[in-house]
Amino acid sequence: MPVEVRLPTLLRPAAGGTTTVTAEGSTIGEVLRNLVGAHPGLAGQVLTEKGALHRFVNVYVNDDDVRYLEQLETPVTDGDEISILPAVAGG
Amino acid sequence: MLHLPGPLYLQIVSHCLGGLPDEACGLVAGDPATGEVAACYPTRNLAASAKLYTVDPKEHLRADRDAGDRGLEILGVFHSHTHTEAYPSPTDVAQAPDPTWHYIIVSLRDTHPVLRSYRIRDGKVTEEQVLVSAR
Repeated sequence: MPVEVRLPTLLRPAAGGTTTVTAEGSTIGEVLRNLVGAHPGLAGQVLTEKGALHRFVNVYVNDDDVRYLEQLETPVTDGDEISILPAVAGG
Repeated sequence: MLHLPGPLYLQIVSHCLGGLPDEACGLVAGDPATGEVAACYPTRNLAASAKLYTVDPKEHLRADRDAGDRGLEILGVFHSHTHTEAYPSPTDVAQAPDPTWHYIIVSLRDTHPVLRSYRIRDGKVTEEQVLVSAR
């Protein structure tokens, strides 16, 4: 099913410049793979070459960070809002 | 240039002092066109370390939504250096996510806090002027 994905400023240029895009999928992994399929400029920025969640981004289903749910296997249901934000860290 | 209203400047420095002995961190939001900061979001340092910081992802999401509701955008991040100068560390440079962001660092090494701000693009660090206004 299609869900809305909110993109951070940094990724918007690679996805047509919009804040929100629509992608299909029943898990976060499917949604992100379809997102990258539709917007190849996002390749390597959201998922790693091996298909894992990139450590420089945080992905949320509604209010929850998927790293604390079932990661890429986290189910997505109709009406869920997916958000991607940069992971902010340093020393 | 980073335009920082006095009350937000004080909020940033106060959060950094309150985080001692660990590093403290948070986000700033405002108008990206002018670089004027209009909101400050102190966050937890998930790393709970005197040498590293990680902005709590849930608090980041809340800040991002609140900023959006107010017609603002997250413009950058601030964090403290407890024992070094207010200059980006190699870790800060390597992990800087966004070349359009302002990277504010507060050094607590000396007797008075020192706040400086930088842009980090392709690993290159450029200091920017910080204008602190009365309000």
